[in-house]
Amino acid sequence: MQLEALNVGFGYRKNNWTFRHIDLSLRKGEIVGLVGPSGAGKTTLGRILAGYEQPLEGTVKLNDAPLPKTGYHPVQLVFQHPEKAVNPKWRMKDILHEGWNPDDELLERLGIDRDWLQRWPNELSGGELQRFCVARALGPMTQFLIADEMTTMLDAITQAQIWQAVLDMAKKQNMGILVISHEAPLLDRLCSRIIDISSNVMREG
Amino acid sequence: MSILEVQNLSISFKKYSKGLRQEQNQVIHNLNVSINRGEIVAVVGSSGSGKSLLAHAILGILPGNATVTGNIFYEGQLLTEQRKEELRGTEIVIIPQSVKFLDPLMKIGSQVQTSVRKRNAVTAQKKIFEKYKLHPTVEKLFPFQLSGGMARRVLVSMAVVSEASVIIADEPTPGLDMEVIKEAENSFRELADNGSGVMIITHDIEFALKVADKIAVFYAGTTVETAPVSDFSGKGENLRHPYTKALWRALPQNEFIPIKGSQPLANDMPAGCPFAPRCEQATSECSEGLPEERYIRDGMVRCIYAT
Repeated sequence: MQLEALNVGFGYRKNNWTFRHIDLSLRKGEIVGLVGPSGAGKTTLGRILAGYEQPLEGTVKLNDAPLPKTGYHPVQLVFQHPEKAVNPKWRMKDILHEGWNPDDELLERLGIDRDWLQRWPNELSGGELQRFCVARALGPMTQFLIADEMTTMLDAITQAQIWQAVLDMAKKQNMGILVISHEAPLLDRLCSRIIDISSNVMREG
Repeated sequence: MSILEVQNLSISFKKYSKGLRQEQNQVIHNLNVSINRGEIVAVVGSSGSGKSLLAHAILGILPGNATVTGNIFYEGQLLTEQRKEELRGTEIVIIPQSVKFLDPLMKIGSQVQTSVRKRNAVTAQKKIFEKYKLHPTVEKLFPFQLSGGMARRVLVSMAVVSEASVIIADEPTPGLDMEVIKEAENSFRELADNGSGVMIITHDIEFALKVADKIAVFYAGTTVETAPVSDFSGKGENLRHPYTKALWRALPQNEFIPIKGSQPLANDMPAGCPFAPRCEQATSECSEGLPEERYIRDGMVRCIYAT
């Protein structure tokens, strides 16, 4: 069981590659960090792995097959800005239940208050919204999670809260996680290895 | 004497709840903070806790439905709305969060030149660009053409050329890589060494510890503790407030242990200490009003049990 990028390249203009020849593989149950300077294409690579974007060259494979085009996507992406990732015209409970129905235990672990389910997205802060975005991405059919600066804008307590819950779920469901972050101590704490996108070399952590 | 002093600041917003019914939503409660010349103070708090409003209150750029009480002093003199208007952009400047605060239709070079007051605008701008390794071609660019790191350097250079005495940086770090962050650290220190007072508003406690002299910890609309940077060490034994201790323990390089619950929302504040519902030491006395500020061991704390 693995998620693979083979010789992937992407760019927005002709002859202007954001990155090329990226090879990356993520096994189930493995937590890997992805680092690189601003503008190196970390987020774009995350979007490609989660099927939001098609690479200009190369392929992405999940368990040796192409990514599925319909149904619940086995590779879930959690974005940096939760306020841009929720439908402003849906109540929080509808947003949360779009993919699956998380149990009360998970909601409690993520610190989601029952009252919040009845609210609209604009009535919650970024940190509160991000808890919902994490919960909805952790469904039983999720095999891989891409955490793109998932906790960058949160305070340390909320960050630890969310990650502890995610790590537990990942262990239970044997999920693989790709952590995109600038924060070295967080990556050291979470990841078994770290990939640098700018040099595309791996360093074992 | 402190160059900027905020005393008992409270901010509330008037908003419509249902139909024409209005309600007051208090987001900042009795906040105190002060900055001396040559000092960097970091105000650390989670996003959504209303800490940017502090900057906006100092500059007098809050929206019309905001009510502000309390006093702000600049060089010992009370800052009235009129004085704020005179001083902002000259004596007190803000380094905003993003290039969205720049004029989108004005080229970077001339935009930076508008901030220069005392010297020749063009030479000052050219000099500062050289210092921050901004290529001369950047002058001719528009804000949307800048990368994140370049934008940050442009915004900082605008604050530097203004030679203001108080500089407020609002969330200077999100999404920047280590190299640019290092650069930001140096530029803030340089500003302080030139005699300015610098206030950095951030959620990034690691960055705050690297760059600041003093940390003010912001929770649910008020500062619960002010401590010198050196107190953030070991297991946090020297810290005063249980929230600050929990924050320190939750860092990935420390124990990475969270505490339960979440910060109360502005319209749902507990009576008394805002941290009491999440605090292990809390007793019934903690719900009897916001704890007064107490000064212990070179720092301030709002907790009746702090020692």
